[in-house]
Amino acid sequence: MTTNARTEATPMHMPAERIVPQSDLYETPSSTVRTPDAEPRPARIVARKVNVFYGAKQALFDVSIDIPERAVTAFIGPSGCGKSTFLRCLNRMNDTIEGCRVTGTIRLDGADIADPALDPVELRARVGMVFQKPNPFPKSIYENVAYGPRIHGLARARADLDAVVESSLRKAGLWGEVKDRLNEPGTGLSGGQQQRLCIARAIAVSPEVILMDEPCSALDPIATARIEELIDELTQNFTIVIVTHSMQQAARVSQRTAFFHLGNLVEEGPTDMIFTGPLEKRTQDYITGRFG
Amino acid sequence: MNATIVAGLLLALIAVAYRAGWSRSVSLAPAAGGRLHSRPVYHGALTALWALAPALLVLSLWALLADPASRAFILAQLPPDVAALDGPKLEEAVRRIRQIESGLGVAGGAAPFENAAAQALAEFRTLAFAAVVAAAAGTGALALLAARRRITARLRARNEVERIVGWLMIACSVVAILTTAGIVASLLAEAVRFFTFVSPADFFLGTVWRPGFSTTGHGAGGEYGLLPLLWGTLMVAAIAMLVALPIGLMAAIYLSQYARPKLRNAVKPAIEVLAGIPTIVYGFFALVSVGPFLASAGTVLGLPIRATSALTAGVVMGIMIIPFISSLSDDIIRQVPKGLRDGSLGLGATQSETIRRVVLPAALPGIVGAFLLAVSRAIGETMIVVLAAGNSPFLRLNPGEPVSTVTVTIVNQLTGDTDFASPQSLVAFALGLTLFAMTLVLNVAALYIVRRYREQYE
Repeated sequence: MTTNARTEATPMHMPAERIVPQSDLYETPSSTVRTPDAEPRPARIVARKVNVFYGAKQALFDVSIDIPERAVTAFIGPSGCGKSTFLRCLNRMNDTIEGCRVTGTIRLDGADIADPALDPVELRARVGMVFQKPNPFPKSIYENVAYGPRIHGLARARADLDAVVESSLRKAGLWGEVKDRLNEPGTGLSGGQQQRLCIARAIAVSPEVILMDEPCSALDPIATARIEELIDELTQNFTIVIVTHSMQQAARVSQRTAFFHLGNLVEEGPTDMIFTGPLEKRTQDYITGRFG
Repeated sequence: MNATIVAGLLLALIAVAYRAGWSRSVSLAPAAGGRLHSRPVYHGALTALWALAPALLVLSLWALLADPASRAFILAQLPPDVAALDGPKLEEAVRRIRQIESGLGVAGGAAPFENAAAQALAEFRTLAFAAVVAAAAGTGALALLAARRRITARLRARNEVERIVGWLMIACSVVAILTTAGIVASLLAEAVRFFTFVSPADFFLGTVWRPGFSTTGHGAGGEYGLLPLLWGTLMVAAIAMLVALPIGLMAAIYLSQYARPKLRNAVKPAIEVLAGIPTIVYGFFALVSVGPFLASAGTVLGLPIRATSALTAGVVMGIMIIPFISSLSDDIIRQVPKGLRDGSLGLGATQSETIRRVVLPAALPGIVGAFLLAVSRAIGETMIVVLAAGNSPFLRLNPGEPVSTVTVTIVNQLTGDTDFASPQSLVAFALGLTLFAMTLVLNVAALYIVRRYREQYE
């Protein structure tokens, strides 16, 4: 399919803000359909022909995508489609899995993250991650947030650290609830609070990108709504990539959506276009609930 | 012989009863439209259990009553002048007759009345045995019939068997608990006897251990200070933990966090082989290799280290405990949720930072529990210290000198020619009780800590 076909297909609904991926994207041979936008927004992460293997089994096939700056990109798709696997490539968390091999290039602000000269530990400080299940450390609320700044030596004095902890908790919308009990264990909070604590912990090291791997799948609807609001606020400062099982969530929080199926990136574009006028039949079938 | 007959009879009873229940339920099946509540095996099992219960009850009653009954029978056989004898002499007469009856013979030849009584006793025993076996078989058969009559298509044999099996299992665990209680009670009784010779204050606070020899006669006749032994025990255990804890913990961290699965699967069993070596083998390893090595190393360094010393025993005991610590800690560290590790790595922590700051603190309660279990093993360990600690019960600070421990002293006091009425032997029970109390406290503390830790993550 071509870009022309795309514009013809959905004349009725055009997004207010349009995002243009880098042009070389259209030179790579791939089955993926992509939709350009008029107003350019620089890409923070540029992935080209990424393949992932677990031992002999290939989990991802030639995934190429641009992740635009200060926007939310949602990865959707049925279980086992490779969306979490791809997410974990972006901060090299796949390195911690035995027998996992990644090929292709992923660039963060132009620098190849697989470069041996680039330290994965440093990369993970720039690309923070929030996990599916809230995983606060069995330490106090304060120590949970202070953990990252401490190991990276971001705060010299205690006052600096206090300031970082407070501002991170504020940005995560948790400060009001926990400011009087910073020394209580983080594991004693409710599920939604724990997840916001984990977000605060990720923010505390001032990452450029925050990866969220189904951050609401273990939470109730009210806590989910709270996290979704938070994600919206965070776009002012951070580039966010979120993996979600919920298409409604993707529609609510993201500006761009990428649909994965069987290890392939099937279709990627502005969220409202993906949901109102997908070009690929598989995308259409998935978002209308015919499978997945 | 008798036991074999009884066992054979019981097996036969079980087989007959099982078969009876099985065939009865099968024969009922067509009338019930082929639909029984429980399968025939359960009806068979239930009938067998029913038949077994009264038979076992009769037999165990006899086991309790056989001795008093035969005694009463012997007393009835004795001539009046013998029966009129007082306590110990009467006991002696009864004992002689039993010995003659069992074919052992007695000193000084048997009197005619004794032979007659013995013969009567033999007949009585044969008769009684036959009666008991018949009673067991009879009640078993009656119960079998009763159980068989109960069988209907709707009988919930499956549920009843389930319940009976449940009670059997409870009975088995009660046996284990009662055994522990019995051990404690016997230790306690003997220890109380010891404390009639030596005051508890002298025992628990005394600093001199010089029990003398039990053959030199009764009475306290020595000093029974626990402290030198306790000191030796704690010193050896402390040295053992100094060796085992760092090595075991490092090995556990390596195995759980760094080693590739293939390597781990090869290395872990290899380490655990250490745990399977008999402690006596460790003992002569200490005596023949480690002791002389440490002594010559001491000479080179200018330190006075004896070949048999607290150090030798402690080092070898530490080696013995390594797999204990490493295996338990490995399991505990691997129980720390992967999410915590990922969370820390995802924040840009290195692997060693993650282990130090997140994984180990999370696993700490469990590791402390493993440590306490290992300490209680070290305190109770005997063979290594018997051979390698030098058996010298004095309060000494230098670990290069020989020491003695509580366990070694128990061995010393109870081996050879012992008189169980003397404090020299009885002190072993007081020592055993002390040891038991120490390890009990450690084990309870360790279990408590480990359980609290488990609750946190499950």
